[in-house]
Amino acid sequence: MTAVSQKEIITRLKQDLLVWEGFKRTDADKAGAIGMGSIEDHFPEKVFPKGHIHEMISYQPESAVATNGFISAITGKLLGDSGFCVWVSAARTIFPPTLALFGIPPEQVIFADVRTQREALWTIEEALKCEALTTVIGELSELSFGDSRRLQLAVEKSRVTGFIHRNNPRSENTTACVTRWKIDPLESTGHPEMPGIGFPCWDVQLLKVRNGQPGNWQLEWNGDFCHLQPTMLAIPQFQKRKTG
Amino acid sequence: MAQRFMAIAFCHLTTDWMVRRRPELRATPFVLAAPERNRMVIKAVNVVAAANGICCGTVVADARAVYPGLEVFDDKPQLAQQLLKALGEWCIRYTPVVAVDLPNGLILDISGCAHLWGGEAAYLNEILKRLSAFGYHVKAAIADTIGTAWAVCYFGDQGAAIVEPGRQAEALSPLPAAALRLEDTVVEKLRKLGFYQVRSFLHMQRRALRRRFGQAMLDRIDQALGWVKERIEPICPIVPYQERLPSLEAIRTKTGIEIALKKLLEGLCKRLEKEGQGLRKCSLKTYRVDGRQQIIEIGTSRASRNIQHLFKLFEDKISTIAPGLGIELFVLEAAVVEDLPANQEAIWSTTTGNQQALIAELIDRISGKVGEKAIHRYLPAEHHWPEYSLKLADSLEERPATEWPLDLPRPLHLLPIPQAIEVTVRLPDYPPMLFHFQGKLHRVKKADGPERIEQEWWLRKGEYRDYYCVEGEQGARYWLFRLGHYDNATPEWFLHGFFA
Repeated sequence: MTAVSQKEIITRLKQDLLVWEGFKRTDADKAGAIGMGSIEDHFPEKVFPKGHIHEMISYQPESAVATNGFISAITGKLLGDSGFCVWVSAARTIFPPTLALFGIPPEQVIFADVRTQREALWTIEEALKCEALTTVIGELSELSFGDSRRLQLAVEKSRVTGFIHRNNPRSENTTACVTRWKIDPLESTGHPEMPGIGFPCWDVQLLKVRNGQPGNWQLEWNGDFCHLQPTMLAIPQFQKRKTG
Repeated sequence: MAQRFMAIAFCHLTTDWMVRRRPELRATPFVLAAPERNRMVIKAVNVVAAANGICCGTVVADARAVYPGLEVFDDKPQLAQQLLKALGEWCIRYTPVVAVDLPNGLILDISGCAHLWGGEAAYLNEILKRLSAFGYHVKAAIADTIGTAWAVCYFGDQGAAIVEPGRQAEALSPLPAAALRLEDTVVEKLRKLGFYQVRSFLHMQRRALRRRFGQAMLDRIDQALGWVKERIEPICPIVPYQERLPSLEAIRTKTGIEIALKKLLEGLCKRLEKEGQGLRKCSLKTYRVDGRQQIIEIGTSRASRNIQHLFKLFEDKISTIAPGLGIELFVLEAAVVEDLPANQEAIWSTTTGNQQALIAELIDRISGKVGEKAIHRYLPAEHHWPEYSLKLADSLEERPATEWPLDLPRPLHLLPIPQAIEVTVRLPDYPPMLFHFQGKLHRVKKADGPERIEQEWWLRKGEYRDYYCVEGEQGARYWLFRLGHYDNATPEWFLHGFFA
């Protein structure tokens, strides 16, 4: 009897801790599975954390584009028909028509093309405070711990989901972001005898997730997230990183 | 009080305006013509052309036969009215009641105004002098009634005439019948009957006149003589959206400026709300004690009359005002306003209308801080050339007119300028085997293509591009193209984008 009640107390305390850490969840937030399959099991309460800041890290232009593709795919799931998204960048190379391929109606994206990193950070924070937006995507290289906390405080009030894509950061410093991802391109699958290129494939690494389990997955994007079978993979060994 | 009216006639209104805009036309004879029953008919002549005997209503071909050096421009039908309205608004400095008298005149109700200029003669001269200085050829007359003033102005001998009070009949007597503003048929009938001047029928029996020429003619006579009042429709100038706040003591602190700005915004937004308008551009002008003026300006992406939002936009810029010894006058002016229908109070704050308003406010804040050029939203444009396949949206409400094309592969990252690369190709028109980009060698494992995109020859010239999608060993996917064909020795290759 006491053991059961102890367990209950511990779960309740864990829930409380989540709330104190900024994991305020409305029922609407809990409801939506966004079709990421087994990845979602690694998040706290097995739901993709909306209304938080997610951090993506990339070093090469090739992985930068894979990262943006992954962000776009998630945003496309969150956005729906009437949502708006703000994309803040100091050196934008996104070609808007292609966003339609990832489920984002390109006319629902507002691009803020700023000049400096400082302006980008200010714009991201202003956008995150705007409750009418669904997601905010910011391309920054450096994000200090203090800045990330400012952004986290902004979203706790407005419940906007933020993605910070850090291309070529000087260091992978600690931030207040709820997750940290690293996305690399993978060779596209398809029939080996057939010529041509298939759907985009990514090696998705969830390096950090607060109150969740880090993990590593191989995904294919064909309008939905599709997990690749390990046997179909032909990844060079050096690309695999031990995480977790 | 006795009423006094002034009629101003612009003899060459539209042509004088053209000379004002293009001074080189001053000495050339030119006319304005418009098509009428498949012929070009002259609608207005300038002074030089009129001196050469060309008059309105002539066919252009005939006029050219008379005077070969004649220049012809197109006549804009609304131009005269617009000019008269603008001139009428300008004339409000002389009297509050000004009416447009088409096709080429103005009527001013000058009752009780002339003494401010030292009498009617000085008043008349002042107006004529100022209008002549603009380059207009004008005539004017002052009389007790609109009818007499008009008649003397258009048909009198002098350029500036004043009819003494109560002397309408005398002034009208020597003038032709047309001076009474009668219909053309009536004037023609009078001429046939031998009534060349007003005096020959002015004192005839009213019954006889009514029977032959109708009531309208009697009304005109009565109006000219002042027996019946005539109404005019005065021009109502648009009051500028402006608020002024003079301060008793010079203001030197930021808080003071903020309070002043809030007060001004309240006044302005109240008026905007009453008139169903919202502002797009607004400026705050501060007048310092030492005479220096400073302006801060804001713009909004969509009409707004939200005080908090507008204040926030101004707030960032208040720090650029240097109050010096103090500011004594604030002027807030909305330079550009747009219709903004009054919206119903939203019960749910998540309606799309409210959402768009919030986003518009966010965009205003960003463009206020970063610059107006920073914000982009794209819509599809029907072009295949990748750089031209999208266009900027004008407003948040604008929806795409056509579908986004998804049938052909397009990269997620498109480089603004294609980067030159070196390639090795097995055969012409085959995708490359390997390519060098930024000093790195990429071996191509898989490839798609080519997809040929031609320049749109009706828009611009240039070589076509043959696009290939290629996948490197590491799984990275690129969009390459070859410019032009293989006829000349080595075609150029470029990297244009990265696929996700």
